[in-house]
Amino acid sequence: MDIDRPADLTAALQALEQVPDATLLAGGTDLMVEVNFGHRRPEHIIALRRVEELAELNGTIGSGVTWARLEGGPYKALAQAARTVGSPQIRAAGTIGGNLGTASPAGDGLPFLAALDATIELRSASRARRLPIDEFITGVKRTAIEPGELIHSVILPEEIPERQEFGKVGMRNAMVISTVMACVMRYDDGRTRVALGSVATTPLRARRAEEMISAQATPSEADLTEFQRLVSEEVRPITDHRSTESYRRHASGVLARRLLERCLS
Amino acid sequence: MRINGQEVDASVGASESLLVLLREGLGLPGSKNACEQGECGSCTVILDGRAICSCLVMAADAEGAEITTVEGVADGDTLHAVQTAMIEGGGVQCGFCTPGIVVAAAHLFESNPVPTADEIKEALSGNICRCTGYSAILRSLESMVPR
Repeated sequence: MDIDRPADLTAALQALEQVPDATLLAGGTDLMVEVNFGHRRPEHIIALRRVEELAELNGTIGSGVTWARLEGGPYKALAQAARTVGSPQIRAAGTIGGNLGTASPAGDGLPFLAALDATIELRSASRARRLPIDEFITGVKRTAIEPGELIHSVILPEEIPERQEFGKVGMRNAMVISTVMACVMRYDDGRTRVALGSVATTPLRARRAEEMISAQATPSEADLTEFQRLVSEEVRPITDHRSTESYRRHASGVLARRLLERCLS
Repeated sequence: MRINGQEVDASVGASESLLVLLREGLGLPGSKNACEQGECGSCTVILDGRAICSCLVMAADAEGAEITTVEGVADGDTLHAVQTAMIEGGGVQCGFCTPGIVVAAAHLFESNPVPTADEIKEALSGNICRCTGYSAILRSLESMVPR
């Protein structure tokens, strides 16, 4: 096995140009599990933790920003999501770029990014390109990243609503992979966004529920009930070892409604 | 890399974890190997000021890092306050999780000398103990906080 430990972005992109299919290593919280269990034997590693440019958190979110930093970061619902990731040890190592690169349906940071229609910036030695998150994540653990590229940063829109909430349903508080999670945002003009995770192959926006509730300036009890029903109808969960399709469907509506109520209160 | 204050020159196996290097390559078996997936915390070490699971660090990526393992928590023969509190409070049963808890707790008290009971629980939320039910561990550590 070879390893490159570039000290800056230029060196990282050069290393990646030399070995375009190298395995990228950031916090290691996903990759090393696969390595430890013998599921992967990387031949060439490019270790990114020394690349300070990727760890910038200033208007954009560098791919190397850890959950520990996002916990105290400027985005409320992302901080709430960060606090539910693994344990303090995992949050000190794991990064938002890793969450995107792994593209698990249960990636804790993804509903926040989907709710805001975040843009992912990819870099290679020869170019930079930007993809909306729903084009970047293409399936379960599948992304549009190409050989020779790395995830540089996440770009958020200029307008970010103050009223935003994240919630996660799981078996316990710490060290839990979610059964269902959701992020709800409400703009001052009523526009509402609902993104859910662990209920489809990729982060899912409940568009009909969004449209319905966005038209209500002061949602009534009946509106909230209809919102909950639409969310439950729109999600596409499966039954697996963590939960059942029917429970996930039910919990999606309950959770999204609860988060919306918090946004409205 | 620098481990417990000493410069260490190590050659590492392909994609070997820092945990394996510590235990098998460097004769430091205090960090325990249980889950190898970051779930149990028994391999917790301090790397460049952060408490992390050494099983999730690729040893070759630890080059140049400053690492403290459980072997380096005490100051020579003088135990760390966390170690003394764990002994006096009986916060140990089979002992397997103890090194990880000592490192995580020592890290907590260094950054937050007067933690609340909830802050102690949260700091240890990545450390699994299968014997004690945690009460004796939490009582031991809470005894360090002046009332």
